[in-house]
Amino acid sequence: MASETGIGASVKRKEDARFITGAGNYTDDINAPGQTHAVFVRSPYARARINGIDTAAAAATDGVVAVFTGADLAADEIGDLPCGWLVKSKDGSDMVAPPHPPIATEAVNYVGEPYAVVIGETLEAARNGAEAVDADFEERPAVVDLATAASADQIHESVPNNQAYDWELGDKAATDAAFDGAHHVATVDIVNNRLIPNAIEPRAALGEYDAAAGTYTLHTTSQNPHLERLVLAAFVNVAPEARLRVISPDVGGGFGSKIFVYAEETAVIWAAGKVRRPVKWRAERSESFLADAHGRDHVTTAQLALDQNGKFLGLRVKTKANMGAYLSTFASSVPTYLYGTLMAGQYTTPAIYVEVQSLYTNTAPVDAYRGAGRPEATYVVERCVETAAREMGIDPAEIRRRNFIQPGDFPYDTPVALTYDTGDYEASLDKALGHIDYAGFGARRAASESAGKKRGIGFSCYIEACGLAPSQVAISLGAGVGLFEVGEVRVDVTGSVTVVTGSHSHGQSHETTFAQIISDKLGVPFENVTVLHGDTGRSDYALGTYGSRSLAVGGSAIIKATDKIIAKGKKIAAHILEAQEDQMDFADGTFTVVDSNQSITFGEVAFAAYVPQNYPLEELEPGLSEKAFYDPPNFTYPAGAHICEVEVDPDTGVVDIVDFVAVDDFGHVVNPMIVEGQVHGGLAQGIGQALLEHGVYDDAGQLLSGSYMDYTMPRADDLPSFTVDTTVTPCTHNPLGVKGCGEAGAIGSTAAVMNAVTDALGVASVPMPATPETVWRAASARGSSAEGAERGE
Amino acid sequence: MEITLTVNGAAKAVDVPDNALLVDVLRESLGLTGTHVGCDTSQCGACVVHMNGDAVKSCTVLAGQADGADVTTIEGIGNPDDLHPMQEAFRDNHALQCGFCTPGMIMSAIDLVQKGGGALDEAAVRDGLEGNLCRCTGYHNIVKAVLAAQSSM
Ligand code: FES
Ligand code: FES
Repeated sequence: MASETGIGASVKRKEDARFITGAGNYTDDINAPGQTHAVFVRSPYARARINGIDTAAAAATDGVVAVFTGADLAADEIGDLPCGWLVKSKDGSDMVAPPHPPIATEAVNYVGEPYAVVIGETLEAARNGAEAVDADFEERPAVVDLATAASADQIHESVPNNQAYDWELGDKAATDAAFDGAHHVATVDIVNNRLIPNAIEPRAALGEYDAAAGTYTLHTTSQNPHLERLVLAAFVNVAPEARLRVISPDVGGGFGSKIFVYAEETAVIWAAGKVRRPVKWRAERSESFLADAHGRDHVTTAQLALDQNGKFLGLRVKTKANMGAYLSTFASSVPTYLYGTLMAGQYTTPAIYVEVQSLYTNTAPVDAYRGAGRPEATYVVERCVETAAREMGIDPAEIRRRNFIQPGDFPYDTPVALTYDTGDYEASLDKALGHIDYAGFGARRAASESAGKKRGIGFSCYIEACGLAPSQVAISLGAGVGLFEVGEVRVDVTGSVTVVTGSHSHGQSHETTFAQIISDKLGVPFENVTVLHGDTGRSDYALGTYGSRSLAVGGSAIIKATDKIIAKGKKIAAHILEAQEDQMDFADGTFTVVDSNQSITFGEVAFAAYVPQNYPLEELEPGLSEKAFYDPPNFTYPAGAHICEVEVDPDTGVVDIVDFVAVDDFGHVVNPMIVEGQVHGGLAQGIGQALLEHGVYDDAGQLLSGSYMDYTMPRADDLPSFTVDTTVTPCTHNPLGVKGCGEAGAIGSTAAVMNAVTDALGVASVPMPATPETVWRAASARGSSAEGAERGE
Repeated sequence: MEITLTVNGAAKAVDVPDNALLVDVLRESLGLTGTHVGCDTSQCGACVVHMNGDAVKSCTVLAGQADGADVTTIEGIGNPDDLHPMQEAFRDNHALQCGFCTPGMIMSAIDLVQKGGGALDEAAVRDGLEGNLCRCTGYHNIVKAVLAAQSSM
């Protein structure tokens, strides 16, 4: 049905009516009768031994209901917060994860780590109580610097050299051989700056315990409520899954940071059982800065070997990745299987060798943040490529063209364990070059020059592996869970449809996109489709939303269920029309006997299924409701070309993005309006990393960028409008031919910006974020030296 | 402390602690949860409402300061059947994703357009919304929406 609400249409969102009128239902909007309030008492030290915690004064504070420490949780056999992905080191040994009690017991290891929680009648009472908790800390030297963490003081007794693992991927010997035969080697040293996710809705939780039923209900800001329930039940030991319901209502952005199972939600649901009253908590923004999992934070040296024609021969990457103080839920997978595996980029580089040493420091845990590993990989590859192009005097578009995997090469096995199914990288690059008017760049640069400004252009041809994930592949690589998705299509008696998905929308617009699919496939009016999500009491066990997986995996599950609906509908229709099942056709909401004028509508079939009078009850169950699990056979591989043009004022160091073009191949697009919005948001985050954002700790492990005054979030006046376009090579292995669009903007853009900034300044590198001060220093250094790479024309 | 104020056209009297903030009055005492809290340093704008005709961050207004004031929140400017032109522009231009910044963003944008005399261009809109953070949209569609609403308001 090529309708105004079907697949491919920019349908206005169902979600918006409530959000624009203030009727959203976020966790903090929900209150339970008799609720208490939780306040966490957090470590002021980056590293300290806890010699004792005196809670007497806190407990005696007016309005305080209870005070709990880690010892109370331990006494109740509440377990540690686990990491769900086992990565092995080069020597085959398992990664080393320190114990991670939700509430610290013997030691605190980052500023902001909770060591007690106070439950009060009011928030104010809980705050007063929290101030009265008296802990005896013995401060120890903090390990903060990633580059030297391996040889620093040992943080955890069980973790020698502060090392989680020392991982490798690829063929070292082949890569060494490629470098031996190289005409040119380009080397880059990169610091991928630490980012703090900062969804505008802070994390929050409301825990309730029903003593009569023995059941727990947790409303929380989670991207994957089923995973939260699984971990709280199976590892943390709060309650068996069947007695624990986790609900993620409207969630105000996640970007990865709301995937993880954190101390606070854990303590809140446990405490609700202890005090036998609802317990509510909402993070202050300062708590979000301190205790949400951070992102990125790598130090890398990479080398690209090329022949005399600029063909890539080999890539060598050596990275140190910061894990923070503990191993967060999926932390181990981010700098490994979501990073090393992407080092081929869009190119035919035949030999690649990646080494990643993940280390602990006395900083907040680091885990997946929008793109998760893939932005870091893209940054490595695209900075290498750009550097090589400049050093060899080859046009940056041309050097990429010479190395692209060609459309005829798919399926393409990379040397780093992935098989790309499809793509046309040159098509995206060409379209992007057209949008940016590459031919006119020289004239624009000259015009800037004569106005005393420096203009630069930067490319980034990224690839990502999305649609996480083929379960067996993921499990064989260490994942502790399957990564399928579930979709349920319940046709109502009157033919309207309720869809229950295991995916979770925290801005992605599932209620609209999934309704479009149903409307398109079943011919049911868009208005008559309702999509439900975010409740373990409603859907089967599922994995939630991250890794741009909702449509490619969750949408595919819905399609599978829809196919079952149509198949059953054909049986019912054939019975009613007295035809053979294989003679039935279904299109535009009508079942038709082929080559006849006999037909019956979808609504009539639904009615017959629920009021089964003229119905083959001997062969067919009544009802019309189907469920399907979908496990993808491969990842999807969105890819694209981002080009950034900047103008730099060398006197002030201010970088002005004058044009940003993103051309992405997401396969088929269900709702172009929504997809463009996803790209815009990702671009803002990628540009934010390049120019503005930086999570900084001082030598003592104090977070210097702990508020919106110190951590520069991209604001409206920091950003340009974007030019966004698409090319299409449909994914070959899912029913919709879709690839996922949620992370592309954040993956591709950072390298494009930094390639543009370095091009403008004529310098080899500028550290991120390229703040005015940093850029001014780089520009001044360039001005005083004759050296500096020039862009090849 | 008892204060009286007009909220979305209705007279209200609430009894609150001396240190209560306007945002607490709205969210906790009056159950108007459309006004959000996104920070503790007055910098995200999720809490913006109109007070006596001006956009204010309700997390920085003490309840006492709002005594006698005329306050309009996101709930007071339109409803799904009769949207304010700014609400409509946000929907039509896909200017929201998770929706958390949206109430504050819409209230700031209305104030901006009302005071802009119809003369806002893209740069002026970007400048005028500098006090409102959105992590989802990259602002591209928000700017589009505000410019569209300028013509329809
Ligand atoms: S809540 Fe952030 S400015 Fe008011
Ligand atoms: S729409 Fe999510 S923060 Fe603006």
